Amino acid sequence: MMKRIKTNSNHGFRYFLVKLWADRMGRWGLIALAITTFIAVICPIFFPFDPSQVGTSAASILTGPSRTHLLGSDELGRDVLRQFFTGARISLFVGIMATVISTIVGSGLGVFAGYYMGRLDGVLMRITDFFLVVPALPLMIALGAIFGQNITVIIMVIGFLSWPRTARIVRSQTLSLRQRQFVPRAKSLGASNLRIIRTHIVPHVMPLIVANTILVVAGCILSEATLSFIGLGDPDRISWGTMLHFSFVSGAIGRGAWWYFLPPGFGILFIVLGFTLVGHSFEKITNPRLGGSV
Amino acid sequence: MPFLLRRFITLLSSIFAIVTFNFFLFHIIPGDPIRLIARTQRLNAEAIAKLRASYGLDGSVLSQYFRYLAKLLHGDLGYSYSFKENVSGLVGRALGNTLLLLTASTLIVVIAGIAIGVFAGSRQGRKSDTATVISSLILWSMPTFWVGMLLVFTFGVWVGGLPISGISTANAIYSNWFQYFLDISRHLILPTITLAIVDIAFFIIITRTALIDVMSEDYMLTARGKGLTRKAIVWRHGFRNAMLPVLTASALYISALVGGAIQVEVVFSWPGMGLLMYNSVLARDYPVLEASFLLTTVAVLVANFGADLLYRILDPRVAVSQ
Repeated sequence: MMKRIKTNSNHGFRYFLVKLWADRMGRWGLIALAITTFIAVICPIFFPFDPSQVGTSAASILTGPSRTHLLGSDELGRDVLRQFFTGARISLFVGIMATVISTIVGSGLGVFAGYYMGRLDGVLMRITDFFLVVPALPLMIALGAIFGQNITVIIMVIGFLSWPRTARIVRSQTLSLRQRQFVPRAKSLGASNLRIIRTHIVPHVMPLIVANTILVVAGCILSEATLSFIGLGDPDRISWGTMLHFSFVSGAIGRGAWWYFLPPGFGILFIVLGFTLVGHSFEKITNPRLGGSV
Repeated sequence: MPFLLRRFITLLSSIFAIVTFNFFLFHIIPGDPIRLIARTQRLNAEAIAKLRASYGLDGSVLSQYFRYLAKLLHGDLGYSYSFKENVSGLVGRALGNTLLLLTASTLIVVIAGIAIGVFAGSRQGRKSDTATVISSLILWSMPTFWVGMLLVFTFGVWVGGLPISGISTANAIYSNWFQYFLDISRHLILPTITLAIVDIAFFIIITRTALIDVMSEDYMLTARGKGLTRKAIVWRHGFRNAMLPVLTASALYISALVGGAIQVEVVFSWPGMGLLMYNSVLARDYPVLEASFLLTTVAVLVANFGADLLYRILDPRVAVSQ
């Protein structure tokens, strides 16, 4: 009976959770993520936001925090707190969905380029370098403006423009794995390339992909916020970025309506910081050589 | 093939790729732009054909493409229907203003970012280092436009004291050039700080990591063995070698900088490429959006080309190994 040797890459979800909790950065990150997830998932159920429920009089516009509106009202007399809850949900959703696309494209290209090397690698990396150099935001704005203000478009645009770094990182790791002894050995046992990739390469690059993915979520949430702020957000699905857009164009700053533009900004800061901390902490756990460096 | 030539060909092919991409993005995909421009059903066939020809939208895709290339080479970027002006004039003015903003904040970011990064990296693990890392991560997690909004609120509404919009005071009459210069500088302060605050975090973290990497090299041990002072070790040996990986990250930095500048220009109504892009999105003025996208991207490609050359001048080892 052969005994399976447990390697570092085979640790389960719980193992990493415990390790993250033991690290100071990781713990704060986890707490931030838990709080935002709670706000995004639970709060909108009890405090739903109805965009059509506008204020009835001019006096209800941009009012400060009060008992009826804990975080005041917006330029249409709607409750800011309820918007904040719904916004959390949309920001998180767009960020995660875009990351899924970005991770699949990036790690797929990276693994194939690194494993097959040669000409395929050359072509794929040329494309990757091109997208790495082209500034993302102008391209996102152009695509967003042409394909319309729609949540699917935003997810696709961000997802399909955020993969180059992942591809680069995964490729270099795959290249070094490819040089290891187990690749020719598996081949001599008759394993196909795809099987080697699936059973030997992918499990080994997985920790790297996960660490990178967590950091990509942070970037995607920021990208969504920026695109929505520029005015390319989905008007029917208000995110934190969209809230900031409307607070900006409605002149909330000039009127000193801090309750309108502070909460969504802090929300973005909080969640992006959460993902960043967890990502760096995860990197430290899976790659102890990094030590205390960021 | 010599490196310079090879690199230059890559640059040209990248520019060609982005021009072609741009053509398909703006000329083929958005359906029939004429319908958008006309905004009415009551145009007769002759008028539509005339409009089509004036926008270069008649004939096959291929002939449209070649005419588009020819127009680009002549510097003809089309006509803006929301600004009622030639696009080339619009982007020409905007480009200068954006460069001013970028130069000012890059100066701050590079000088302060490197200084703080080296400071933190040479004290790895100490309290001052941890504090620097944490505050950098916080700054890095803030959307640039929101930082701008906070500053507008602070200096425009709450405390006051600094101009928060535009590049100069409207309708101001200057008695000499120095006054004009002073006015622009005052307007430049807040946008520059906003852009610098977020990007400096990126620079600090990269410099710090690079320095920590270099400090573990064998030659640093030699330097310590020679009895050099800490200052000499860090600055003369550590800093100079740490700058190379920092320069490698410049592609990322340039991209982040351009993205940040767009947001800052929108918040502070700074009349540069970003504000132009923003206004063209709002007005759905595609010729302007197209030109500002194309110009920004090509400028970034050229800047990266420059960074690559600089890297080879600063690190002769690269040239030898190739």
